[in-house]
Order: sequence, then structure tokens, then C-alpha cells
Amino acid sequence: MSIHFRRQTEKLKKMVLTLGGMVEQALRDAINSLDQRDPELAQRVIRGDRQINSTEVEIEEECLATLALHQPVAFDLRYLIAILKMCNDLERIGDLAVNVAEQAKFLCSEEEIMHVPYDLTAMASRAQMMLKNALDALVNVDTTLAEGVRAADRQVDAIYREMFELIEAAMRENPHQLTQLIHYLQIGRQIERLADHAVNIAEDVLYLSNGEFFKKNAGDENDTIGRIGHA
Amino acid sequence: MGTNPVMDKSMSTTESDLNNANTATVTQPDDRDQLTLEQIAATDNFKSETHDALYQESPIINVKNFNLWYGSKQALFNINMPIAEGQVTALVGPSGCGKSTLLRSVNRINDLIDGLHIDGEMDLNGAPIYDKSVDVIELRKRMGMVFQKPNPFPMSIFENVVYSLRIDGERNKGVLEEVCERSLRGSALWDEVKDRIHESALGLSGGQQQRLCIARAIAAEPEVLLMDEPCSALDPIATGKIEDLVEELRGEYTILMVTHNMQQASRASNYTAFMYLGRLVEYGPTRDIFTNPHLRPTEDYISGRFG
Repeated sequence: MSIHFRRQTEKLKKMVLTLGGMVEQALRDAINSLDQRDPELAQRVIRGDRQINSTEVEIEEECLATLALHQPVAFDLRYLIAILKMCNDLERIGDLAVNVAEQAKFLCSEEEIMHVPYDLTAMASRAQMMLKNALDALVNVDTTLAEGVRAADRQVDAIYREMFELIEAAMRENPHQLTQLIHYLQIGRQIERLADHAVNIAEDVLYLSNGEFFKKNAGDENDTIGRIGHA
Repeated sequence: MGTNPVMDKSMSTTESDLNNANTATVTQPDDRDQLTLEQIAATDNFKSETHDALYQESPIINVKNFNLWYGSKQALFNINMPIAEGQVTALVGPSGCGKSTLLRSVNRINDLIDGLHIDGEMDLNGAPIYDKSVDVIELRKRMGMVFQKPNPFPMSIFENVVYSLRIDGERNKGVLEEVCERSLRGSALWDEVKDRIHESALGLSGGQQQRLCIARAIAAEPEVLLMDEPCSALDPIATGKIEDLVEELRGEYTILMVTHNMQQASRASNYTAFMYLGRLVEYGPTRDIFTNPHLRPTEDYISGRFG
């Protein structure tokens, strides 16, 4: 690998990790704004998305220039492709964090509900942990850590699967909280999708290390829950 | 790439269009991206598409309205080209486009050719290169040159490197040894040859010989390094080493490099100049030339559609 190309990939890695840090912060702030009923914090997340988007564009441009100028092959090629895909996923996580922040902002203006019917805290902290581990896995191309992210997604999915029934029951019980409950339903869905994007990043690390694509099989139980959610 | 601009043009050609193609002094900016190679080749004073970034750099060499003829055949047409100090500039283009001619004009080794005639200006750090008062030997000392095939002299590695100092009458052994080591380190050859610098240079591999030639060139502490296809006789590993070396020498030296290998230009240079039939077609940051060239012919050439 030429010195020039090595410097370029180091630069790209730093850029992706910077983007990752921004997205982690956005997600943390979005969840905190919900927890602490802090509409200003939520607003900050919404405003910050512009920067995340422009950083993603910068990384893409840098990747394209690197592909055009160095024509990498094998690991180097996979590395650049993985970075391109990752920054796409990170940008989407940023968008989903904005969605959560928007829901949080709305919920601040509504009467507070004392008990969220599903385990939102666990779901959110798992998703955050998954994102952190996926990014850490990238740093040293750590496949064990990346595999761990895929496993953690099952726990998030399990909470998500129960969520509908729990929310439905809560709606029957407290019809006056219908508005808030609908928003909590939305939030759960955003977090589940966001965790899926963290899995994508971890799978990109696995792809990077050995060149095989890891995707959920169509018949996999994990895959079907997505469809229930969207139904 | 849907329609072919050449065909579009020919179908709607009018007399005035033809006149424009042949005589226009400055091509109108709004139709520049529709320029075809035929139009460029038909324009004697073609105005190159020079990217703005070049004007932000401080030029060490400045080529102005430069024309060159071999006998009655014109080889360079109205070249205007500032060469950025401390940067690597690559000259690319199909065979016969004049890139080597331009490179060899910079240190005037073309002067040796019979029937050569030039017109226009070329400056090195503001001083004219083509002036009656210029001492050509002194001028060439300010510009190291590396050729396509490694050309070590049939003497020891040490004597090869310090050759220019010997010519200048340097006798101090300490100075010679110091310059030898510094130059060999500079060309990333020191570790490979330090135990045998008094052995013949002809025993080195091709890639090592080429790095030796670079060491010999930088021993004279030139302002500019001219490289004429420095890797075309080398294998990929040796090529990689030369490219790494170019990257390391950048900043300290200005490097002007002719290459047939477009990937080499893209990997190793900061600026790329695309030439065609003696015209400088497009000249800009390598990154922009290879990701978003302004002119269609440049795009066609770098994508391998011709040449």
C-alpha cells in the first residue's frame, strides 16, 4: 500500500469516526431530551442534523476521490466500500435520532405519562451500546465485537415485538393518553430501526475483514418483525 | 454520454461554425464543455482550461505562449502553464501529444536537436530560461532530471551520487560522504546499499538504479526535478517505491513528471495537465481532473475512451 493511499485511508477512518461521534451524541441527546422533557435539547438535535448530513457528503466525496485516484483492490477496496456504506448508515441513524427528538419535543408539550408501557430505557441503552460497539469494531476491525452487535439486536427486537401488545393494552386502559402512547410507539419503532443500522455497520466490519456479506436470511425470525412493525 | 458531440456538431455545421473552430482566439466559455478534440486540434492558439486552483499557487516555472517546432513541424502550440512550487505536476496525454517535448524544453536539453525553433517564454523563479545570457549548464544544474530507463554511470554507487559535486571540483571527503548519505536516504535507497556503496552501480536492480538516479539528481540540490516516465521500465513493486519517494520528496522539491500511466498520475501527483497534439487541453488539481474534469475530451481520455 503506498504511503499516499495509507494516509488517505487513515484520514477517511478519522472522518468516519468523527461522524460516528456526532451521531452518537445526537442519539444520546435525543434520548435525554425525552427522559428529561427538555425541548431545547431536542431542538439542538434537530438543528445539528445539518452538520451530520454535510459531514456525510464530505466523506462520500473523499471516498469517491480516493477510489478514482488510487483504484484500490482487495482489502483496500472493501475498506472504502465499507466506509461508504457505513457513513450512509450513520447518516440514517442521525435522521432517526432527529425523529426521536421531534417526538420528544412534542411529548414535552403534552401531559406527562408516568409509566411507559414497554422497556424504552433498556431498548434505548442497548441501541446506544450497539452503535458504540459497531464503531469500536471498525477501529481495529474487531470481528468479535461486530458479532456481538448482531447478537444484541435480538434483544432490541424482542422488546420491540412485545411493544405493540403492551401499547395496545395501555391504550385500552388509558384512552385519554392515546396521543402520547402513539408517539411512544413511534419512538420504539425509530429505535428499533436505528439498531438495525448499527447492525449494518457491524456487518460492514465483518465484510471488511473477510469479504463475505452478512445479511439476515429472509426466513430469519429477526427479519419478520420488521414486517409486523410496518404492517 | 448519450449523444456524440462530434456528430451533433457536424450535422448542424454552418460556414461560420467552421470559421470559428479554426480562427477563434478565445473559445466562448459557455460552449467550452462541448469542445471536441477535433476543434482543439484545429486551433493553433487554443486557450487551455486551467482550473482556478492553479492561480492560488506560487509558480516556480512559468510557461507563457510557448510554441516549439521540430523543423517545419510544430510540436507545441501556445502553451501557458504555471508550475506550482513544491508540488508534483504530472503531464499526461496520448503518444505524440508533446508532453516529453515540453518537459525537455524546461531544462533545454531539446537545444541539442537540429532544426529546433521556439517562440514564447519560460521562466524559472522569474528569470527567463530562454535568454542569450543564460548559461545552459548552470541552468541544468538547477533542474535534476530522471529518465525513462535508469542510466547509472559505470562507476561505484558512491561516485554516481557525488558525480555533480566532483564535476564542480569538490574534494572534501567528509562533504562528499555526507551528501552521498543524505541523497541516498532522500531517495529511500540508503538502507539497501549502505554496505556496498563502493561497489559498481550496475549491480543494482532496475528499481534501485532508478532510485540511484534520483539520488544523483537530488545530490546537486536542484530546484526542480524533471522525471520523464520514471517508472515505465520498472516492475510494480519498484514503481510503488518510486511513487512513495515522489510523495516524500514533494514539498522539498518541485517535481514535473511525464507519465504514460494515468493511474500513476492519479496516485502520485497534485496537479495534472492533459495534453493533446501539442495543446495543453486541461490543467488542474489531480483530484478534480480525475473526478470532475471540465472538458469532455479530458473525461474521455482519463476514462480510457481514446489514446
